[in-house]
Amino acid sequence: MTTTASSVSAWERIKTALTSGPSGYGFMVLYAAVCSWLLLTNPRTNLNTDIVFVLFLLLVLLVYRSQLVLGFKLALVAVMLALVLPIFGTLNPFYIDVATQAGIFIALALGLNVVVGFAGLLDLGYVAFFAVGAYLWGILSTPQITLINPAWSPVPPIMFYPFILIGLAVGAFFGVLLGLPVLRLRGDYLAIVTLGLGEVIRVLANNLDRPINITNGSQGIRDIERPPLIFAGFVRDTLGWQLSDQQLYQQFFYFAILLIVLLVVVVVGRLKGSRIGRAWEAIREDETAAIAQGIPLVRMKLLAFAVGASFAGAMGVVFASKQLFINPPTFDLLRSINILSMVILGGMGSIPGVIFGAVLVTLLDLQILPRIANVLRDAQRAGLPIPAAFDPTQYQRLLFGLLLILMMIFRPQGIMPDERRKEELQEHDSIPDAIEHAKIPDTESEVGLK
Amino acid sequence: MAAEVKAQASSSSGQRSFTEVLRTVFGPVGQLILFIVGSALALSLVVVLLALLQIGARPDILTRALTILPQVIIDGLVRGFLFASIALGYTMVYGVLEFINFAHGEIFMVGGVVGAAVSLFLASSGLLAGMPGLLFVILVIAVGMVVSGALAVTVERVAYRPLRGAPRLVPLISAIGVSLVLQDLMRLMMTNTPLGFNARFNTPDFGPPIRLFEMNLGARPVPVILPPKALIFIVASVLMLIALNYLVNATRLGKAIRATAQDMPTASLMGINVNQIVALTFLIGGALGGAAGALFGLNVGTVNPYMGFIPGLKAFTAAVLGGIGNITGAMVGGVVLGFLEAFVASYLSLFTNGAFSGAAYADIAAFSILILILIFRPSGLLGEATTQKV
Repeated sequence: MTTTASSVSAWERIKTALTSGPSGYGFMVLYAAVCSWLLLTNPRTNLNTDIVFVLFLLLVLLVYRSQLVLGFKLALVAVMLALVLPIFGTLNPFYIDVATQAGIFIALALGLNVVVGFAGLLDLGYVAFFAVGAYLWGILSTPQITLINPAWSPVPPIMFYPFILIGLAVGAFFGVLLGLPVLRLRGDYLAIVTLGLGEVIRVLANNLDRPINITNGSQGIRDIERPPLIFAGFVRDTLGWQLSDQQLYQQFFYFAILLIVLLVVVVVGRLKGSRIGRAWEAIREDETAAIAQGIPLVRMKLLAFAVGASFAGAMGVVFASKQLFINPPTFDLLRSINILSMVILGGMGSIPGVIFGAVLVTLLDLQILPRIANVLRDAQRAGLPIPAAFDPTQYQRLLFGLLLILMMIFRPQGIMPDERRKEELQEHDSIPDAIEHAKIPDTESEVGLK
Repeated sequence: MAAEVKAQASSSSGQRSFTEVLRTVFGPVGQLILFIVGSALALSLVVVLLALLQIGARPDILTRALTILPQVIIDGLVRGFLFASIALGYTMVYGVLEFINFAHGEIFMVGGVVGAAVSLFLASSGLLAGMPGLLFVILVIAVGMVVSGALAVTVERVAYRPLRGAPRLVPLISAIGVSLVLQDLMRLMMTNTPLGFNARFNTPDFGPPIRLFEMNLGARPVPVILPPKALIFIVASVLMLIALNYLVNATRLGKAIRATAQDMPTASLMGINVNQIVALTFLIGGALGGAAGALFGLNVGTVNPYMGFIPGLKAFTAAVLGGIGNITGAMVGGVVLGFLEAFVASYLSLFTNGAFSGAAYADIAAFSILILILIFRPSGLLGEATTQKV
């Protein structure tokens, strides 16, 4: 008994020492310096670099959770994400691509979090808005547009910047459009209907190559335009970095997405604390009570849909431009589930949680699973009984499915839960039996078997 | 005292006359036939009208439309009974737990895969060629029912029961997880066995297609044929639906299910083991889904681990269309949706002169119906108006 108590307090003491006070500053700086040094001196893609890269990202989490001065925290994270990581990216293109992907998914997950986490509306077709944004830029920036009407010509690549805003608006428009018919539905119906709508968008993208070729069908749109490198001269001549166009584009998209993610975090954080955010929370907890409090239910739900969808629309534009190629399978249900599992893993409604979940799932997808696949392949060659056709990178459904089930059973509030959401979920946990929770008999409301 | 009550109860259920039982069992079947005939007639009428509208520009369109009409109706029936048998699983679980069992499409898929495994085993052991068709069908359906039913009960026990008191979205998300896990587990098993990803569903020879009658349209008579596999599908599903109706409407067990669906706490106060009934509901729904999967595989010829998803969604649409929680409604909804889809799939391309491919837009038609029904008549075709519980 005493040993456990002292070991706990020892752990607590170490934790306090490392995350607060002068020793905390020293530890963080040392940690950052060691990680950065390791990354910059050994930029090859291998397991060691993977581990250091994960530790590097973990530092951001540690800094966030520590009790240090806000200015110091911001400065350290800024140096790491805006200086060390991009420089590392010029040495090894793989990792900065992982970081960029993570950024895209952070923005998407934060958008979905507005709908699912804040307003409590389970949207399984979220990727549809992402697809709308991506196809918007894909069609308008390539010769695809001339197939629709020969008189039209593609927009110049510089229009990429305004198109991020147009993507935002189009996403919001589609969010309202798809939100309107489903507003009256209860949670579980809404989930299925949004899933159906997501499939409809995908089927349309797959089949709208006839009678007029709008989306180029299953072949997708290739050679999507990237914005011109207006800063290339500055980087090459003034800073003296001789980077190739490819590297410059990587840097550009990394910084663009970093900036967008920052904006999204600020917007979502402000929304959460505002009247609107509190209205969403009230709707989530109890719709009837929310109406009784005078909350405009329809407007608030539509707003949640629009805000979530607009982020996805804007990210779609950026994504299409970064990937250069989009096709309908990019936007299938699995992608929606993928984003949903980020939100659920991190904690519905919790902004740091969702960011954490998005980074974790992206790392799992792009780094950890391929590594495990390599290990398995080696084990297979060594003669261990592993089925030949088993490649973990191809079994994402299994992984995300298990993740969803286990999270729902053991930790529905997520890894880094939102305080109020946690209370809501635990309040229900305390009811011992399903019967307690079952409905009150009411002659008007029987949904029995007939 | 207790024995007396029991005796009274059994005598009161024994008092039910035979004709009354017949009525409760076959009444819904009559309703079903009414909807089959009604929707087939209505949709045929729409087709004829559309053809007449275009006849000025394309004189042969009416003949072409009428030529394929009987085949489209048969196709619609097969699709309809497919959706109906899957929809029953959704609707029964929803009736009892008010929970959308998202993984039900995968239960259906497992039935098909198990059927394919049985057929592969029979084919490789050389038994298949000499086997009577009827025995094969019964065997495949039985194995599909057992495996899928057991799987459904296991899923309920592992992934849903621990969450029964939680907010609504929690079990739904868990169910989505189960659906994904089952898809990939099945894929893992199939790709590492001789089945392969696209497993062939071997069947004995069921004989030549049945020629029903010939239509005299234009130059030469058009035969109307019924493929034996479609016939098997329709007959087997009708038998299953009748059996289910009997179970739910005319037995003590069925009464317990209905009582649990109506009011779970009160049912448990009346001495019904609610957990058992819930498990039973999953068993019945799963078995029906498994049988539908085996029949579907038999009819189509191949199965794959992702084949359950879209039929599952459409069957859910069918359940909502008929009025979720309502067993007859699920059958009616399935049949109506099946007809609608078959008509869209066959005629869209004809009436738009090939501009739109019908097969792709049939999916969109199904989801549009789901949305329209939920907006304008959320209680479904046969459902009663319900108020939302607070």
